[in-house]
Amino acid sequence: MNKFFLGGLLILAAVVYLIASSTQASAEYFMTVDELKEDGDSAYGKSLRLSGAVIGDTIQYDPQTLTLTFEIAHVTGNNKEIEAQGGLAEVLYVAVNDPARQRVTVVYIGVKPDLLRNEAQAIMTGKLGEDGIFYAEELLLKCPTRYEEAVPEQAENG
Amino acid sequence: MFAEFGYGVLLVGFIVTIYSGVAAVYGVTHKSAALVESARRAQLLTFPLITLSSLILIYLLVNNHYEVAFVYEVTSRSMPTYLKVTAWWGGQAGSLLFWSWLLAVFTSAVTLRKWDRDAEFLPWVIVVSSVTLAFFLGMIVFYENPFTRFWLVNGNVMPSMFSPSAVATVFTPQDGQGLNPLLRHPGMVIHPPMLYLGFVAYVVPFAFAIAALVTGRTDDRWTRITRRWSLWAWLFLSFGIVLGGRWAYDVLGWGGYWGWDPVEIASFMPWLTGTAFLHSVMIQEKRGMLKQWNMILIILTYALVIFGTFLTRSGVLSSVHSFANSPIGPFFMGFVTLTLVTSVALLIWRWPLLQSETEMKSMLSREALFLLNNLLFMGILVVCFWGVIYPLISELFTGQKVTVGPPYYERATGPLFAGLLFLMAIAPLSAWGHSTIQTLGRALWKSFALAAVVTILLTFTYTQNIYALVGFFLVTLVLSATLYEFWRGTRARQKSQKENFFTALTSLMGRNRRRYGGYIIHISMALMAIGILGIELFQKETQGTLGQGESLNIANYTVTYRELASWNSPGEGVNYTRSVVDIYENGIYLGQLAPRIDFYYDAEQNMTIPGQRSTLRDDLYILLLDWQPVSTMGATFKIYVNPLVNWLWIGSLLFLAGIIFAAWPDHDPAEEPARRNAARNSQQTSAAD
Repeated sequence: MNKFFLGGLLILAAVVYLIASSTQASAEYFMTVDELKEDGDSAYGKSLRLSGAVIGDTIQYDPQTLTLTFEIAHVTGNNKEIEAQGGLAEVLYVAVNDPARQRVTVVYIGVKPDLLRNEAQAIMTGKLGEDGIFYAEELLLKCPTRYEEAVPEQAENG
Repeated sequence: MFAEFGYGVLLVGFIVTIYSGVAAVYGVTHKSAALVESARRAQLLTFPLITLSSLILIYLLVNNHYEVAFVYEVTSRSMPTYLKVTAWWGGQAGSLLFWSWLLAVFTSAVTLRKWDRDAEFLPWVIVVSSVTLAFFLGMIVFYENPFTRFWLVNGNVMPSMFSPSAVATVFTPQDGQGLNPLLRHPGMVIHPPMLYLGFVAYVVPFAFAIAALVTGRTDDRWTRITRRWSLWAWLFLSFGIVLGGRWAYDVLGWGGYWGWDPVEIASFMPWLTGTAFLHSVMIQEKRGMLKQWNMILIILTYALVIFGTFLTRSGVLSSVHSFANSPIGPFFMGFVTLTLVTSVALLIWRWPLLQSETEMKSMLSREALFLLNNLLFMGILVVCFWGVIYPLISELFTGQKVTVGPPYYERATGPLFAGLLFLMAIAPLSAWGHSTIQTLGRALWKSFALAAVVTILLTFTYTQNIYALVGFFLVTLVLSATLYEFWRGTRARQKSQKENFFTALTSLMGRNRRRYGGYIIHISMALMAIGILGIELFQKETQGTLGQGESLNIANYTVTYRELASWNSPGEGVNYTRSVVDIYENGIYLGQLAPRIDFYYDAEQNMTIPGQRSTLRDDLYILLLDWQPVSTMGATFKIYVNPLVNWLWIGSLLFLAGIIFAAWPDHDPAEEPARRNAARNSQQTSAAD
């Protein structure tokens, strides 16, 4: 039975090694705009996952070079805080319309996503350049206004 | 009126379910057969009740009853009727009802089987299914009620089941929000139901496992009864996962089929334990070993099923699949915990009864290799689970939220999948009880030689990528070793039965459905691996904006932009933009493709439908990204060349064929000799076996 025990132990060690090394190699730090600004220099070059509220007026797209540029405003990453402040849609609305909020410029080369618009939540992976611009490799968007809990529009008007 | 009726029926269903569970426990502890029979009938009653409630919901969905909040959220006037029906499982509350309905279907089917030979299991099977059903119905009745309506109170709209005040009137919006466009696709008709079927069907093997633990009848009776169930559950789950991949590839427009999204992983985790279970349960049947392990696997599978439903539906993780935030999260975690604690307590109590009958002797015996396969599946499970919970753990300990993406999963699972492929090649050729390097080597050296030759040829002709070469080596090894098994068995039969090759092959397979079904699945896995290696390692992409008549080159292909048209379809509530491109390969004209963008007004959302040209060698996959609206002169495209990806889909089809072959009800009277006596006794029960 001993050799089976040893075999099992070897596999276990292999799995643990695979998990540990892969976690280290591909970890992405979740950050908000405020945290990014706070970290300053130490954030350069790290793999980051950054989220923020898209400011509609700043969206620029050059279809020739497929270069997309926009700014995002800080929103909290804490779900409980978001709930306490009236839900994601409300938090994004406030963030975009608050001139005092910290902002970061994002550059993304590629397709302009269908959901990119004012007050959308952008979740990006990428790296902060030394020029202070966030170079996104991946760009995900959420438009919370279309969530299931939204109130009928007719009611809001009437 | 209808909404109240639907809710009332549901409430009755909930009460009946609770009665059924309580009566079963009371009946079995007080030795009252009548009460157990009453519990059984109550169990059977849940099916018509939930069906009726579901029919009412479908009626409301199809007939634009937007005063019902759920109907408002998931349908709109412009949706075709079939999509309004699928909205039943397209939204949160409805999908829970759908889940419950499927559960009622399965538990009714189980309850209707003949129980003569294992009557002692019956009450406990009822208890497990009632507890599960009561939990889901309770979630619906109290927290996620699909029949909630809108009420107008002093100019404010509020959702509530019943009138919130004396002055309230029912409020009916003009039109609904409509289903998320991503879900408005024929793929939607079958992908989620298949996954749910797979999830729910695992309740049955779990219920029998618990019944075996409670009653102490821990021989392999429970695994024999549920053998077909776990195969069908696995079939549905696999089919659901594969369909999801195909749907993503055809419609979601990101050029892929699997993104290691948390919700994808949620459906993959029970698949992993379910697959391990299918293998290890064979060792229990053949060698009387691993009984404890099988119990652990089925408990884990069931807990992961609930956990998966929870992840899909709670919005706890940021994921492309999380459509809703919901209050039901904590209840699901509570239910998973309750399930695990109860099951593990029972397992510890019965642990001594689950001792192995034989010892494992050889490291290379079939059972040892099966065990190794189980460990690798568990390894992949741990990798997945760690990836899903790592953000939560890192936040808890460091305050910094850290996530891992697809590269993590690819790196960590790659070697484990390679190990599984290797085992797939050698395990079928090893013997039960005892194998040595010599016997295995004799059976395998030709396959090894062939795989080595193929790999060397590939090195000079196709690729020097080391991962690809290892992959193709293993794939060739699996294919040749498995086909050799077919050939060896057929030849032996030809000699002993004097049959021709084809007759020998079909009767060989017909008499050993599970084994040869399994081999077909192994072959299909190797084919799928070819597709995955191709798209993961050799995918090429390019993008650019083209004026009319301009071209992009990628690999051997040239893509020339011809024209673009945009038009409204008010009846469907969609704007279509369809581009036409000519495609050439090495200068030879191949035809045209029409990548397009569908814009849904009600959801203000695009759907990007690629133009595809598929061959066995590669797929040309073209996305329309953008166009200049004024002149329609220029358009932006993203183009992928996905080598070998079609083998993934061919493999998937063969995979399903293999499972169906293995799981198909068997009416052949000439069963394996060892089972013949057992079969005579169990004729009555074979329907449910």
